[in-house]
Amino acid sequence: MEENPTQSIPTNEELKREISLILQDGNLDRENLIPILHKITQRFGYISNQSLYEISAQTSIPLAEVFSVATFYRMLPTQQRGRHVVLFCESLPCHVVGGRDVIEALKDKLQLNPGQTSADQKWTLLTTSCLGVCNFGPVVSIDGNIHGNLTPESVREVLNKYE
Amino acid sequence: MKTVRSMVLVSHDQKSKASASQEVINAFHTAMKGLDLTDEVAVATIPEIGNVRSLPLVVIFPEATVYAPVKPEDVPHLVEEHLYKGREVPSLKVTDSDTLRKISWLTQRKGTLPAENKIALRNVGIVDPESIDDYLAYEGGQAFALALEMTPELVVEIIKQSGLRGRGGAGFPAGIKWDSVRRTAGKKKYVICNADESEPGTFKDRVIMEGDPFTIIEAMLIAGYAVGADEGYIYIRGEYQLALDRVQNAIHQAREYGILGKNIFGTGFNFDIHIHAGAGAYICGEETALLESIEGGRGEPRVKPPYPTTSGLWGKPTLINNVETFANIPSIVLNGAAWFKSFGMPSSPGTKVYTILGNVNQTGLIEVPMGITLREVISIYGKGIKGGQFKFAQTGGSSGSIIPASLQDTPMDFDSYQKVGVALGSGALLICNDSNCIVDSVRVLSRFFQEECCGKCVPCRVGTEQVFKILTNISEGRGTMEDIAHLEWLCKGMEDFSNCGLGQTAGTPIKNMLDHFRAELEAHIKLGVCPTGVCPME
Repeated sequence: MEENPTQSIPTNEELKREISLILQDGNLDRENLIPILHKITQRFGYISNQSLYEISAQTSIPLAEVFSVATFYRMLPTQQRGRHVVLFCESLPCHVVGGRDVIEALKDKLQLNPGQTSADQKWTLLTTSCLGVCNFGPVVSIDGNIHGNLTPESVREVLNKYE
Repeated sequence: MKTVRSMVLVSHDQKSKASASQEVINAFHTAMKGLDLTDEVAVATIPEIGNVRSLPLVVIFPEATVYAPVKPEDVPHLVEEHLYKGREVPSLKVTDSDTLRKISWLTQRKGTLPAENKIALRNVGIVDPESIDDYLAYEGGQAFALALEMTPELVVEIIKQSGLRGRGGAGFPAGIKWDSVRRTAGKKKYVICNADESEPGTFKDRVIMEGDPFTIIEAMLIAGYAVGADEGYIYIRGEYQLALDRVQNAIHQAREYGILGKNIFGTGFNFDIHIHAGAGAYICGEETALLESIEGGRGEPRVKPPYPTTSGLWGKPTLINNVETFANIPSIVLNGAAWFKSFGMPSSPGTKVYTILGNVNQTGLIEVPMGITLREVISIYGKGIKGGQFKFAQTGGSSGSIIPASLQDTPMDFDSYQKVGVALGSGALLICNDSNCIVDSVRVLSRFFQEECCGKCVPCRVGTEQVFKILTNISEGRGTMEDIAHLEWLCKGMEDFSNCGLGQTAGTPIKNMLDHFRAELEAHIKLGVCPTGVCPME
């Protein structure tokens, strides 16, 4: 997740081609559904309804099942997100070392509540469970990059670095 | 393997610092260097010693001999006599019973070494995690080669004899699991490494995978040989990108060297490993949910029995162990069961990797023998509490327990903790000081369970939500005494009727709160105040 995936919504024909390219890489067993959904997320930033339909059509896995699997996992978003996705860890280890104040600063700076995307499509603020870097808490992940030991002041500075 | 044979603890609180404890520590390092003891003896500090008169105080383990007051000029003699020649120095020994009583929490573990003993982390930070050549140069592969010369039955027997218990949280004896899979008839079997580490506060598996991926591969090979499997999966949490890359690279190199693949070392034994990246769901750490996820479905736990040992991945017998459990295997095969049992407690042998977090002066990762106490961890490895007094610790992520300060001298192992009604969990030690509110903390834990509940069974889906709502109400000053009874009823229901471990343990923090912090909870309800001032209490 070094770079941001493109967020433009491709036209139907383009999408069809892109997905068939992704599907060419591996076999179409049921076992590969989650890896396929991972690749679609990496390519498009999220899994649109059209993508779900195309995957189902090209793999013969029922659409309902593709939908039910995609919506189960946090890392397989089915809603479009902003250019930068901010994940705030709200688990107890970050909470007790000052996470409470950091989320307030995030909400204030971005003018968003968790789960929302800004009108200009720049930011999406999400809360998440433990990211496994608890010794640097409080922790925020922005586009997959971890920022640790945050304070309300430093989190504002970190956000300023993103265009 | 290099183990420390002695450990020197030097008191290093404010009073000791005023009496030149830093100089004493420096003198120990200098004197030990002179006698070439630096590899065998560890020096650590005791940041909080309490009201002891003669300082600085020095405790030498495993004898637990106490010397005080120690001046820098005494140190060369002490090192030469005690650490080099093995003779105590009577003139410096503390005999004053009052002092000895005050530091009895330190000395009562006489005969053991509160020093780190690295088994699971044996290569982390030493071996290049991206080079199989480096791994092979550090005894890598020897355990597997040794295992191939034994019968599979013997390998299972060694694991059984070692008393190794699963390090994922439940502490199930690994040998029994291995034996069960081996005995189940079937041509196709699987070995799965559960690396979907998502317990809040736990990151030991990430460190092992990032620092020593080859040990996991070797352990899975040994397991595959022992139980009769020819295919393995490592289910790695999707967020752990570096671990995914390192393990992928390690598998690739092992295949190139013919350590994974067909007819390994010409023995006719076949084994290959695949990686499955998780997609962000805590519940997939539950073994049957993990199986569902590998098979490409929603990660919803299955109904047990049948257990995975008889009907696992695609209905085939499957061995599932945690990363840390696997990391212990090569050392056990190489050094034998008796060697492993020499660490830790008789009922829980070996070492445990803990993550130390929260309000301590030093956070991080340690591997210490089973049976060390929380007080030792906080004062020796955490370098003391940061701000205020120790109030409670939260173990093993969210399915662990809340350990009040009154239980900080209980040995940390599966059975001792079970006896006092708490759980060791997966090895996170979240240390909280008295500025934290118990209601607020339990509310945060409950929110986690509510978020991560998969929604398959009703008691958990409804229970976790109700519990969170009630706790939020209490923290906002809208609680009633009936809420407490309601909480108890919900926790009992979740524990008794939930399908998997998540629901069954979701009520544990609440039960711990009611057992140990009832007064604080009732203050929120009856007085309408949060004693620590954390909760909003509108």
